[in-house]
Amino acid sequence: MEQTRYTIPAILIHWVMAALIIVVWTIGTLAVDMPLGPDRIVSFSWHKWIGITILFLVLLRIVWRLTHPAPELNIVMPKWQERTMIFTHWALYILMFSIPVVGWLMSSAHGYTVNYFGLFELPDLVSKDKVLAEQLEDLHGLLADGLMILVGLHVLAALKHQFIDKDGLLSRMSFHKSSNKKGAV
Amino acid sequence: MNKFFRGLALLSTSLLLCGNIPSVNAAEFNVIDIAKSKITFTTKLMGSNLNGGFSKFSGKVDFNPDQPEKARANLVIEIASFNAGGDDLQEEARGKDWFNTKSFPTANFVSDVVKNLGNNRLEITGKLSIKGKAMPLTMAATYQVQGKQVVFDSSFQLLRLDYGLGAGNWADTSAVANEVPVKVHLVLNSN
Repeated sequence: MEQTRYTIPAILIHWVMAALIIVVWTIGTLAVDMPLGPDRIVSFSWHKWIGITILFLVLLRIVWRLTHPAPELNIVMPKWQERTMIFTHWALYILMFSIPVVGWLMSSAHGYTVNYFGLFELPDLVSKDKVLAEQLEDLHGLLADGLMILVGLHVLAALKHQFIDKDGLLSRMSFHKSSNKKGAV
Repeated sequence: MNKFFRGLALLSTSLLLCGNIPSVNAAEFNVIDIAKSKITFTTKLMGSNLNGGFSKFSGKVDFNPDQPEKARANLVIEIASFNAGGDDLQEEARGKDWFNTKSFPTANFVSDVVKNLGNNRLEITGKLSIKGKAMPLTMAATYQVQGKQVVFDSSFQLLRLDYGLGAGNWADTSAVANEVPVKVHLVLNSN
C-alpha cells in the first residue's frame, strides 16, 4: 500500500532529532557517573549543546507540524492502537520540549551557566538553589527515562508495521519511496 | 603691639597644628573592613563563566592618600574559603590537583612597589604566592576616599598553570581556561 509521505523538512527533522536524542541520552547517561574532571565537564558541555539544539529543533518542528499537518493515515488499525499512537506522539513532543528546558533550569539552579558551543552564554533561568537543583536533576532523569521508554515503544511499533503488518507505514517517514508495498507483489 | 602680633602668630600656628594633626591621623587607613571587602574571580568552563570568590582573608594595609606611593599591603587569603560552583567542585578545588589546602592553606600577596599614576590610580607591584609558588604580579588599582573609608578596586588576570593549579588531566585548558580574571575590592577604615 503506497503511503503519503510527510513533507521532506518534517522527515529530515524527525531523523536528525532521533539521532541527536540517542546521542544526548547516551552522553548524559555516561557522564552522570564520571568523577569531576575535564572529561565530565567536556561531556556535559556537549550534552547541553546538543540538548539546546534539540530544544530549538523541537520548537521549529512544532511550528512546522502546525502549519503542515501530518498526511492522512490510511491504515486500518484497532482503536486502542490508534489511541496509543496519538498519546505517544503527544508525549514525545511534550518530552522533547520539557527535558531540555528542565535540564537548562537544573544547570542554572546548580550555578552553572549554559552556553551554546562556547559561542555565547544563555541566560540563567533561576538563581542558584541547591535543593531546587537536586529536584530538577531527579525530574530531568525521570523524564529522560520516560522518553527513552516511549522511543522504544515508537520504534517497536514502527518495526511491527514494517515487518509484521507490512503496511508500508514506515514509508510515511522515509526519504525514499516504500519498497514494502503490499499491492506491488 | 609687637607682643600682640607674636601672640597672634603663635595662636594661629598652634591652631594650624591642632587642626592639622587630627587630619593627618584621619588620612591613615589601615584596617580592612572584611565584611565590605571582596576577592572574586571568574573561571571559564567550556565557554561558560563561573564566578567565585574567597570569603576569608586578612592582612595589613597602610595607606595614606597624601602619599599613596608609600602604601604597603600584605594580604593573607584562606584558600579553604573558596566558593564557586557546587559542593563537588569546591571539594575538588581544595584537593591535591588544585589548591592542595592541606599543604598550602593560605595564599599571600605582599606589595613591593606602589607607583602613583595620578587621578586616584595606582600601579602595585608585588609577589603573589599560591600553592607555595611565588610569582611577581603587577596590578592596576584605583582608590576613592569616602569620608572615613577608602575603597580600592583592582582587577588583573592570573594564569592558573603558573601556580600549578589544575594538575594531571586538569591541565587541559580547553575544559578549564588558563586565564583567570581576578577582582579585588578592599574597603579600608582609618584607625
